[in-house]
Amino acid sequence: MIDKLNLTEEIDWTTVGLYLLLVIFGWMNVLASSYNEQFKSVFDIHQNYSDQLLWILVSFVMIILLFAIDYRFYHFFTWVFYGISIILLLAVLAFGVEVNNSKSWIRILGFNFQPSEFVKITTALAVARYLSGYNIRLWSWKSVIVMAVLIGLPVGLISLQPDWGTALVFCCFILLMYREGMPGWILAISLFITILFLMTLLLASISVLIFLIALAIIIFAIINRKPIHGFYAGIILAAFYFGFRYSFPLLGISLSTYYLLLIALTASSVVYLILAFTKKIRSIALVLIFLFGFIGFTYSVNYVFHNVLKPHQQTRVNILLGKETDVRNVGYNLNQSKIAIGSGGFFGKGYLKGTQTKLDFVPEQSTDFIFCTVGEEWGFLGTTIAILLYIGLLIRIVYVAERQRSQYARIYGYGVASILFFHFAINIGMTIGLFPVIGIPLPFFSYGGSSMLAFTLLLFILVRLDSVRKVYIR
Amino acid sequence: MDQFATRRNIIAGIFILAALALVVRLFYIQVIDSSYKLSAENNSKRIEILYPARGLVYDRNGELLVYNMPAYDLMIAPYELKQFDSTELCNILGIDIAKLRAGIARSFDPKYRREPFIKQLSPETYANLQERMFKFPGFYVRTRTLREYSKKSAAHLLGYVGEVDEKMIAANPGYVMGDYIGISGLEGYYENVLKGTKGQEVLLVDVHGRVKGPYQDGRFNKDAIVGKDIVCTIDSKLQEYGETLMKNYKGSIVAIEPSTGEVLTLVSAPAYDPSLLVGRARSMNYTKLERDTLLKPLFNRALMANYPPGSTFKPIQALIGLEEGVINVNSSFSCAAGFYARGVSVGCHIHSSPLNLLHGIENSCNAYFCNVYKRILENPKYANTEKAYEAWRNYVMSFGIGKRLNADFTNELRGFIAPASYFDRYYGENHWNALTTISLAIGQGEILVTPLQMANWTAAIANRGYYIIPHVVRQIEGIDTIEHRFYEKNRIGIDTANFGLVIQGMELAVNGGPGRTAGIAQLPNIIVCGKTGTAQNPQGKDHSVFIAFAPKENPKIAVSVYVEHGEWGASYAAPIASLMIEKYLTDSISPGRKWVEARILNGNLLYSK
Repeated sequence: MIDKLNLTEEIDWTTVGLYLLLVIFGWMNVLASSYNEQFKSVFDIHQNYSDQLLWILVSFVMIILLFAIDYRFYHFFTWVFYGISIILLLAVLAFGVEVNNSKSWIRILGFNFQPSEFVKITTALAVARYLSGYNIRLWSWKSVIVMAVLIGLPVGLISLQPDWGTALVFCCFILLMYREGMPGWILAISLFITILFLMTLLLASISVLIFLIALAIIIFAIINRKPIHGFYAGIILAAFYFGFRYSFPLLGISLSTYYLLLIALTASSVVYLILAFTKKIRSIALVLIFLFGFIGFTYSVNYVFHNVLKPHQQTRVNILLGKETDVRNVGYNLNQSKIAIGSGGFFGKGYLKGTQTKLDFVPEQSTDFIFCTVGEEWGFLGTTIAILLYIGLLIRIVYVAERQRSQYARIYGYGVASILFFHFAINIGMTIGLFPVIGIPLPFFSYGGSSMLAFTLLLFILVRLDSVRKVYIR
Repeated sequence: MDQFATRRNIIAGIFILAALALVVRLFYIQVIDSSYKLSAENNSKRIEILYPARGLVYDRNGELLVYNMPAYDLMIAPYELKQFDSTELCNILGIDIAKLRAGIARSFDPKYRREPFIKQLSPETYANLQERMFKFPGFYVRTRTLREYSKKSAAHLLGYVGEVDEKMIAANPGYVMGDYIGISGLEGYYENVLKGTKGQEVLLVDVHGRVKGPYQDGRFNKDAIVGKDIVCTIDSKLQEYGETLMKNYKGSIVAIEPSTGEVLTLVSAPAYDPSLLVGRARSMNYTKLERDTLLKPLFNRALMANYPPGSTFKPIQALIGLEEGVINVNSSFSCAAGFYARGVSVGCHIHSSPLNLLHGIENSCNAYFCNVYKRILENPKYANTEKAYEAWRNYVMSFGIGKRLNADFTNELRGFIAPASYFDRYYGENHWNALTTISLAIGQGEILVTPLQMANWTAAIANRGYYIIPHVVRQIEGIDTIEHRFYEKNRIGIDTANFGLVIQGMELAVNGGPGRTAGIAQLPNIIVCGKTGTAQNPQGKDHSVFIAFAPKENPKIAVSVYVEHGEWGASYAAPIASLMIEKYLTDSISPGRKWVEARILNGNLLYSK
């Protein structure tokens, strides 16, 4: 039975409105980024902007189709969609077209098509479907394994292409899982590890080590409620450090400060443990476990960076982190991107007046670096408005998700919010040097049919589900 | 409601925090940090310098001496390179493939993007290349101009132009690498007039450096302004003639128009071809010329050589004596083949004795001028020798000796005339007198002059009491006057009547009786007044020196000639000077004097010592 759905009332017009604003603003910038003196017509199919316009229209048609299809369809066919998308990922690996050293594209019916864009949707649906099932306790062994497989499978296949950026997007599901009951400390530690990871790459290993030790001493002092103990711990460490520092050369051993400090820490840890045992201060052991755990983490990050990553990947990371300032070559993308955005000033240079994007200084200016055009032509005012639109949409999605009667729709809603957030934050972050240059598109802005279509689908499946929010989908 | 519902606030909080981080960062790079705006400017525009042509140089008769020829630099626009036949290009340019490869590789370095791949292609290479340019996309030719000379003469006077080096940039703000600058001579002194003003074309370029059109509709474009032309005072025919006469000699000729101070000729021999110091070959040729330590062709003797004036100084001595009142026209001194007093002796040649002033000059009697000098220094008017000497020295310096004349040259030297303190140091105070310094009486010893100074005092004598600072520029395009000091009369504090007497003596030296010293300088229908000099020097044979002006009334030319190791003033310097005067005043050499010309042209003292 098909519902007598009053579309005009049940559709969340706030979401649709924000979507339309983003799409229109986005298209204007795609036009600006490919605009040049030979501008002919908006309908010249050989230009990015007219191509993009076509895809926007296709997306609109798709939205109508989405509403024509019964809402139970998505729930019912979730596993089929997921299965098809995994098969498509396999097909890409087998028959894909290689672009920029990565096999991400497949040619279907004369169109180049990027399956990984759609896998995000099917994975979000699958996760929602699984977690909304009967008697699922998120933190049971079984569900952890199933979730790991559900998310790990596409991540693995996408990594084989390899398309690290898109693979990384699946990290965003941690937000969804947190909402569904994952312990908060996992999220906290994940965030801490992310920060530590960036610090490890950015700072000298000795600085990170000192940071970790200092943090450990402070935390120890706080949980032990005796600041003086933290002070004693520091004294013991310093005594060992200087002892080694002046005695080792006499023994003919010369070590870098990093290793000297590490050995001093190990030696003082023995003393700490003995003290902990005799004085019955148990928290020492816990702090030490975490401390050595994180030291091990930074050490392995350094190891991977220096011994596993290829030189061009190393430089890319280094440049992103501002360690190398090679303006012309690898750092070129980021540097030009910052110049374009920075030159926009407060009010921008005016629509279609950007020189940096117009003269091709910014690479990938209509796809991954579309935000440069926003920054250059619309200035700080424009970038702030764009960010406000995104945040408005994200908060609205969270609100929409929370009002769902069925768990399935709610979980999917958080999936949509997480995916959009991840794309939005990392894409803009990378154009202004806050994040490594990872080639992922800016939703609704970046030129490209697959991503335009996929993000529209992602969002409007939620809008469709929301339109029947009072129904319990099962 | 499930137990985790409040977590939506934490998730929303994470969204907002991340957005806040982005906005803060954007505020920093877009609003606070202005360096990106500058980078964007530099990114998208390229300034092409338009080099102006230097001003032209004409001689006093309007003949073009220095002009410009286009020079072609081969440039590479690296991002416009396409496949081409490298062998063919190498053959046209006459280079090997390695050099081509290196040049292309270098062109990708933004530091060198504006530097030519090959500087100053020869006209043949350029013509060859131009026909086939379409085959080599990415290569283009930039035109600049180089100096070109219509005559192989006046090299020292004109100076040369070269590319600035780091030292010059430090000393002359406003120049950048690749600019040309006048380095010596007229090119150096009048650099600011000749150089013109660089223009610029501001172009909009894309990321590959491809030109997309004028930047902001050419609002910042500026045309290059061509340098101003200069009319110099040189008579190029006379200059060439002087160089021809001097081609086998070391030394100098300076000719001045006394009434204006305009330098008619400035010869420093041996000379070189000015076109040797142009363009690509300049540094190589310069080194070659510099290494010739025997002839020193780069050394501008006319301005920089410090020579003893010898007897050409005697007219000045006479003038001082007359002005100080220690002699008059009838003062006679005897000469027994020299001057002998208290252990001092100055030899002289054989002539009748005693002689009065006019014949003293005519015969160039050493004894006469030793007596005059002695009288000047022993003049009871002065408290002591030192005072008398300083008074004498002031007279000498008023002729422009021992100081820079402040002509429009960059490398003029001052010569030397010893101050009293010099002798005080040497002999001790009050332990010297006229006899200890008696060499000065005949222009030897502690006096050194440049040929320019000699010509200048000759002009002062010709003017009967003043000189105008010698200069080589007559007129600058678009400017009504030249520098003010070139109009001023520098008066010598000596009575005009006394000049008349000395001039009579100089007339006799050329046109007088059997005792005359420079009869060879005599010209038909023109009264030449002159004075020979035979300057002793520590290097070897005496130098042959002569100063002269003509005609006696309303003199048109004053000239000094210095021929190194030419022995008697009358043997080389006097005939050369007379030929110069004759050439200038009559435009030809009279048949009766062709033998004089031939003797000079056939002589050779280049390597004599």
